[in-house]
Amino acid sequence: MPAPIRLRELIRTIRTARTQAEEREMIQKECAAIRSSFREEDNTYRCRNVAKLLYMHMLGYPAHFGQLECLKLIASQKFTDKRIGYLGAMLLLDERQDVHLLMTNCIKNDLNHSTQYVQGLALCTLGCMGSSEMCRDLAGEVEKLLKTSNSYLRKKAALCAVHVIRKVPELMEMFLPATKNLLSEKNHGVLHTSVVLLTEMCERSPDMLSHFRKLVPQLVRILKNLIMSGYSPEHDVSGISDPFLQVRILRLLRILGRSDDDSSEAMNDILAQVATNTETSKNVGNAILYETVLTIMDIKSESGLRVLAINILGRFLLNNDKNIRYVALTSLLKTVQTDHNAVQRHRSTIVDCLKDLDVSIKRRAMELSFALVNGNNIRGMMKELLYFLDSCDPEFKADCASGVFLAAEKYAPSKRWHIDTIMRVLTTAGSYVRDDSVPNLIQLITNSVEMHAYTVQRLYKALLDDISQQPLVQVSSWCIGEYGDLLVSGQCEEEEPIQVTEDEVLDVLEGLLVSNLSTPVTRGYALTAIMKLSTRFSSVNRIKKVVSIYGSSIDVELQQRAVEYNALFKKYDHMRPALLERMPIMEKTATNGPTEIVQTNGETEPSVLDTKHPPPVTQPANQANDLLDLLGGNDVVPVIQTTLPTKPASAGGELLDLLGDLSLTGGPAPAPAPSVPTSQPPFLLDGLSSQPLFNDIAAAGIPPMTAYNKNGLKIEFTFERANPNPNIAVITIHASNSTEADMTDFVFQAAVPKTFQLQLLSPSSNVVPALNQGTVTQVIRVLNPQKQQLRMRIKLTYTHKGSPVQDLAEVNNFPPQSWQ
Amino acid sequence: MMRFLLLFSRQGRLRLQKWFTPTPEREKKKIIRDMTTMVLARKPRSCNFLHWRDLKIVYKRYASLYFCLALEDQDNELLALEILHRYVELLDKYFGNVCELDIIFNFEKAYFILDEFLMGGEIQETSKQIVNRSIEASDMLQETMEEYMSKPAF
Repeated sequence: MPAPIRLRELIRTIRTARTQAEEREMIQKECAAIRSSFREEDNTYRCRNVAKLLYMHMLGYPAHFGQLECLKLIASQKFTDKRIGYLGAMLLLDERQDVHLLMTNCIKNDLNHSTQYVQGLALCTLGCMGSSEMCRDLAGEVEKLLKTSNSYLRKKAALCAVHVIRKVPELMEMFLPATKNLLSEKNHGVLHTSVVLLTEMCERSPDMLSHFRKLVPQLVRILKNLIMSGYSPEHDVSGISDPFLQVRILRLLRILGRSDDDSSEAMNDILAQVATNTETSKNVGNAILYETVLTIMDIKSESGLRVLAINILGRFLLNNDKNIRYVALTSLLKTVQTDHNAVQRHRSTIVDCLKDLDVSIKRRAMELSFALVNGNNIRGMMKELLYFLDSCDPEFKADCASGVFLAAEKYAPSKRWHIDTIMRVLTTAGSYVRDDSVPNLIQLITNSVEMHAYTVQRLYKALLDDISQQPLVQVSSWCIGEYGDLLVSGQCEEEEPIQVTEDEVLDVLEGLLVSNLSTPVTRGYALTAIMKLSTRFSSVNRIKKVVSIYGSSIDVELQQRAVEYNALFKKYDHMRPALLERMPIMEKTATNGPTEIVQTNGETEPSVLDTKHPPPVTQPANQANDLLDLLGGNDVVPVIQTTLPTKPASAGGELLDLLGDLSLTGGPAPAPAPSVPTSQPPFLLDGLSSQPLFNDIAAAGIPPMTAYNKNGLKIEFTFERANPNPNIAVITIHASNSTEADMTDFVFQAAVPKTFQLQLLSPSSNVVPALNQGTVTQVIRVLNPQKQQLRMRIKLTYTHKGSPVQDLAEVNNFPPQSWQ
Repeated sequence: MMRFLLLFSRQGRLRLQKWFTPTPEREKKKIIRDMTTMVLARKPRSCNFLHWRDLKIVYKRYASLYFCLALEDQDNELLALEILHRYVELLDKYFGNVCELDIIFNFEKAYFILDEFLMGGEIQETSKQIVNRSIEASDMLQETMEEYMSKPAF
């Protein structure tokens, strides 16, 4: 059998292949040859074959059949074999294959080999890809080598120990004794890897951290020597002595000084020295400065030093080198929360970076700009940011728009400015605005009562220009639906009122309905807006016509709405004015927005601005008025929310159906985004949601109570505490009927005071059988975070012996355990 | 620690891959694809840093080869540029005016040099001379054996 071709020969041959197919063919041929050679257990050429296999593996071809061969090479006595064998092991094997454990013995032997380069190979392989089992087995050997006087081996053993600790943290203790003299080494390689080892140990164990704090003076001394020492050819990089070691020491100092005043004080001088003496003309000097700044910001440094650090970052911002500007922006972003004022001084430079050509820099500058916005600089900053929004790449627009909304909400100097800013964003970046912005904006507009006329006018004009940007169109159509009367009557105070007729407005809205550019959601908005105008405009017939046309629309959503609205015109015309009344002020519970990355004294955590809320949908105010009437309460907030916009499951009268349906149309699009601001948590008018029952875990003995007992209808409450949230009380109502006739169409409604939140799940049925033959059960969940005394008003409706019955009652006799 | 180091050509052909954490084969292929796409798409005078998943990617082009290093959050990007530069210097010293072909035909040597410079995602030796001397000594060990056996090195 001829000798297998040499590696270089193979590489040359494969490179001559002109197509992928040709290459594949060559590779397959060679693989076949290699496989048969492996089968023949050819020792002489195994090394060559595995090398070739590794090349082919790099090209992307499978090479798993060479794994065992690598092990054979490792076990061989020849150094060449071992070298290739270990390389193969690192490339082809990893802890996922069981085969790798077979290496353990070989590595153990090689760790004790007489030749240091063989030992080095073994340490390297173990330190790169050793699995936890291997590490456990071989940790002892590594520890031994950590104490050797051979610096070549010692440095490798240190990094190997780092790997062992990463894989098996429990073994960390084992290496502690060996670390005693590590820092007194002169050899930079050992010094460097020792610092890495110490860093790893300190990061993983607070005990180790306190133990090693005593090394701070020694570290400071080493660093000082590096800076002060003259030129050392062995370690010099552009005039700086061993920058890698310097950076590593700075990093260890950072960890040691972090929450410790004494250590921090011991480092102050050296940090100041490094910060002022390091040559900044080349990247390497800046790398050291960067690390120094990070350390200063993270430890408990004195304020003078912190200002020095921020100023260094400010200088970085002006550097020609893009990388340095990028790094400066990143660092400033981390420190902006803790040293806000210092960073503010560099605001204009940061804002200039918005105009940088580099994408990464622009993004950082944008994030930092938003972090710097405050009440004083909002006008100026917003001007710059809006300009940026206009001209930036699409990838930024969504984040920038969200950021602008957030900033505007927090710091708007006036309502008019706020509305103007929103308009500007909607018109310039309208299609990139996040879905959840639409309900946010609608809420904002609703709450700025005096600006309604101005807002609707501006939105109308924007619509005339451009109907392609859906969020803009949605907000505009909603506003026109609400405030169309102000638009037509020309009542604007803020600017010159425009002359618009009812027909023109309806033209625009109808145009939205038919346009190809409108999404189904937008069409829904438009139809509802038109419907609302029926109580605000006089041209009702036109509206009726539009609504009836869409009663046969292919779009099911539109069709449903149109049909319901038609019903409003016909059977329920008397309710129409109340239903389509003006929306009340919506109260907001939280603001939500894009997450910001914040570093406070060294910790980087994304801080979500608020907790997530379930996606509620606000219903028209009219419904609220009804409930107010029902409950007559003044401690009751007049907005209702349902948690699911699905078609209501229970029956319960056409009125409820209608309202349940309007829940889909009247409010903003029920996008299931987790960051929709909810209205003040009132209570749910429910019996409509079909959420699954959770697992009730009975709390020890809260006695049941009778909430209502009249005309044969008895309602009992039983209690449980929901797990895991102890603030939620779970009440199950049991309705029983002692009369001779069934109570059909039974609906139970409940309302609680403002400080509570109530959720009503689906009832078991809506017929309460006569003569106590069965009960209707329904689960109420009450959230009582303030542990106030629970009170409830309930409303019962049912049909009994053919006639409808309705009753209201107040429930005050809750046992104390249910709300404490 | 560094997570991986990749070398690839302007056409996206992989010339060297060093992984410092265990990664499934399929995942490696995906990462390589992502890196080559992202880095090759960068404009010529952009900054050398990228964000990818939760890692910082530092890349630098030397002649026809892209060197791409993935760092964790607390690692120093500017220093990473120095690391890449140091590796290129080591290759240059060893091969004498190193070019892509050297690395293609002697990929195993490129790995050996890398393994004397970095280990387990950290820097192992900060002195150029020591790394070079170790490689030379290992080569000698190899050649001596081969001369003795009077067979060619593979």
